[in-house]
Amino acid sequence: MLAEIFKFKKLLLPIVLLGIVGAFALNYMEWSNIMKIPYFNNMISFDNIGIAFSGIILATAFFWFILANDYFEEESNLVDHFALVLFALVGALMLTAFTNMTTLFLGIEIMSIPMYVLAASKKNDMRSNEAGFKYLIMGSFASAFLLFGIALIYGASGTFDLLKIRDYVGAHATDMPMFFYVGVVMMLVAMCFKVSAAPFHFWAPDVYEGSPTLITALMSTVVKTAAFAAFMRLFLVGFAEVSEIWTGILAVVVALSLIISNFSAAMQNNVKRMLAYSSISHAAFMLMVIMANVRSNVSLDAIIYYSLAYSIGSITSFGIVYNVTRKGNETISAFNGLGKRNPFLAVCMSIAMLSLAGIPVTAGFFAKYFVFTTVIGTQYQWLLILAVITSAVGAYYYLRVIIAMYFKEHEDESKVELEGSNKLVIILTTVLTLVIGLAPGFVAEMFQF
Amino acid sequence: MLTVLLIGFPLLAALLVFCTRGNTARGLAMAASVIEFIISLAALYQFRHNPDSPSLSFDCTWVASLGIHFSVGLDGLSILMILLTTFLIPLIILTSYSNTYKNSHNFYGLMLVMQMALVGVFVANDGFLFYVFWELALIPIYFICLMWGGENRGAITFKFFVYTLFGSLFMLVGFIYLYNHTNVEGMKSWAMQDLYNAGKSLNAHQQGILFWMIFIAFAIKMPIFPFHTWQPDTYVNAPTQGTMLLSGIMLKMGTFGVIKWLLPIVPLGLEKWGGTAIGLSVAGIVYASCIAIAQKDFKRLIAYSSIAHVGLISAGILSANQQGIQGAIMQMLAHGVSVVGLFFIADILLLHTGTREMDKLGGIRSMNGNFAVLFLIIVLGAVALPLTNGFVGEFLLINGVYQYNAIVAAFAGLTVILGAVYMLRSYQNIMLGERKDSNIAFGPLATTEKAVLIIVCAVIIGFGVYPKPLNDIAEEATKVILMNIK
Repeated sequence: MLAEIFKFKKLLLPIVLLGIVGAFALNYMEWSNIMKIPYFNNMISFDNIGIAFSGIILATAFFWFILANDYFEEESNLVDHFALVLFALVGALMLTAFTNMTTLFLGIEIMSIPMYVLAASKKNDMRSNEAGFKYLIMGSFASAFLLFGIALIYGASGTFDLLKIRDYVGAHATDMPMFFYVGVVMMLVAMCFKVSAAPFHFWAPDVYEGSPTLITALMSTVVKTAAFAAFMRLFLVGFAEVSEIWTGILAVVVALSLIISNFSAAMQNNVKRMLAYSSISHAAFMLMVIMANVRSNVSLDAIIYYSLAYSIGSITSFGIVYNVTRKGNETISAFNGLGKRNPFLAVCMSIAMLSLAGIPVTAGFFAKYFVFTTVIGTQYQWLLILAVITSAVGAYYYLRVIIAMYFKEHEDESKVELEGSNKLVIILTTVLTLVIGLAPGFVAEMFQF
Repeated sequence: MLTVLLIGFPLLAALLVFCTRGNTARGLAMAASVIEFIISLAALYQFRHNPDSPSLSFDCTWVASLGIHFSVGLDGLSILMILLTTFLIPLIILTSYSNTYKNSHNFYGLMLVMQMALVGVFVANDGFLFYVFWELALIPIYFICLMWGGENRGAITFKFFVYTLFGSLFMLVGFIYLYNHTNVEGMKSWAMQDLYNAGKSLNAHQQGILFWMIFIAFAIKMPIFPFHTWQPDTYVNAPTQGTMLLSGIMLKMGTFGVIKWLLPIVPLGLEKWGGTAIGLSVAGIVYASCIAIAQKDFKRLIAYSSIAHVGLISAGILSANQQGIQGAIMQMLAHGVSVVGLFFIADILLLHTGTREMDKLGGIRSMNGNFAVLFLIIVLGAVALPLTNGFVGEFLLINGVYQYNAIVAAFAGLTVILGAVYMLRSYQNIMLGERKDSNIAFGPLATTEKAVLIIVCAVIIGFGVYPKPLNDIAEEATKVILMNIK
């Protein structure tokens, strides 16, 4: 619905933005619509959770396109880039609302293939090529796992439809063949891959680092949220009946993600790598809620809120990273003295970092708070304690950026220039971070399911 | 509304200060903090004459679906803590008149934000609100230490921040656990009284776990041995005003938290683990005092002495009897004033002589007699001589700990003896004897320096001779607290 390609280069951006706003409005009208209208022979159906996720995705995409305005101008094949991103967006939206294994696979592929290309879109840069190549190989590997898993599950249950799979498993709980469980685990591995949870995360830091910064921003927001929505839908709808099989594995995955990501992030010097690791830790927080939900039937609001807070915080921080690292230096030292070179960016970056670290009164704090309240009564309290400890480690690397900005001197005292459009996005997302942090009730009430 | 004004006014003033430049910022901050002090006196007046007055409390819904309220109110304990805060902040701003800071508008603005958060901590009647203010207080002090601190401030403020955040997160989890056990007509609630009830409904084992989860946050903030390792470095490296904020007021957040947010929640947990916690506190007294004796840098010595004092305060609180808690409250006030005075003296020494090393100093009394007298009064206040304000609190504290356990009290009493050893010895080294280094001169004090020291000395002697007004409030407050614990 969005991927219309016009040849008027200047009009392209406004049209895309209009399209996104239109999609958002349509999306909004579906909210709490009792007459659920399934699309494409019952292969896609938007429920409230799906709508909430696609709302987040569309909103971040909207900000992203404004941010990427001048990035596109630098590129030669403007139209191609637009088309690729829009394709990825379509895939992402499919993932929020699939009800069928085929749409799941299609969504993942539609989303991933443009991302492979975009990761390698700096044609003359070795690292970008490496990132694209790595992403392609690893991503295809995961897709193969996914397909294999789907095939096995189809073999066992005879259907691609999520609801039918659930009913079938419910009816034949005791006599499911072994290869059904193998299929579930294979899909779990593939999905962990896509949300980059440890120990399937090895591609993420390299790809995040090598890709052009704005593409990294896209990966860590839109793609990540979509992969997450897919993960949630697949396991909470399709495999809820066999939760004891996959929650055990997932608990280990979460524990590993929390430890590996936070400690690795603390050791990074490259900002993008650091954010890559930090995104793994955020994924672990959200996975924790999924497990708690399936085992103890707690509310899922926390996940929506978390991905919203995380997406907004990421857009701000990547937007700033993009502007600060233009000269090629991507280490934390690029932020040295930013407090003097551009006080506005420094303040916004501080707020974004504090939000990602979960300090009140930012959105990130309430996100963590919701996760804590959700998980605390369940059997996963040990994971919660681990999350608390690793969060304190997390504060360490977010603060490193703040320290660099205010405490260290930069050899080059020149101002950091900022495009008007970028400034707008950064202001908007920063304000949102604070508003959601100050009035979380507003969001919480919006997403009552 | 008065309470809301107490929180809101510094914040508004801070925003104004952020927009000004240079000396205007300092003047404006000074004026704002004095006005804030006057507001707090008005609140005190109101509290004394009509404690149930609706102007002292305020309650509105913040996040309805989660039962979070912006609920603030004053009781005896919080009014005393607020008076301490609002009295110390103008004093601290006054001490900064002899230094000039780069970007001073940010410095003073952050200080006022800090005041807002501190007042918020002291008046919050909602667990969630308390946590938010608690964390909020950390951010301005972090930036103050980071931007205006001494050498190596990066690594040290880091340690400080991560350490305290670590504790706070545990407290948050503890509070959420409590929150999940509240039940007010089927709804969960963050209100203080509901959290108290929820805590008491738990069994001894659960309360024990909860005790440590919450206590660890307070213990790190105070700090109690063995969670104190961030403190000496941070105190020494922070700018003087930052150190004063940390030791004069922020430290009291920890002790205040134990009184208001720990004891009434987990009485059984206290019974089970209170002894261990008192043991740690007392161990900290002896340990920190011994280290203080060996210090050469005067500022570092005060930092360690602060650990010793707070150890005694904590032991008194945890012994949970009338004398212990009342003494703790009195001592919190006295320590707040005298430690600010001591850190200011360390700053004056550095400013006038270029060093704080006690070995290099000596014979300053012969160069500036007035300073010697003022310094002596503050030192005597710190070692709790009778007729100084430190005496009342320390006496009650040791009395309270004695009722809990005589042997522990004997160790706790060491703080008096060892305190006298290191304080008087350092005074002797710095002020008396011969000049050790002929290059070191000590000129007359600046007017603002004199003013601060005289105010501090006046308070030390004034409330030492006539502690009754404060003591009465503290006594009443303690009774209320003990009622909540029972």
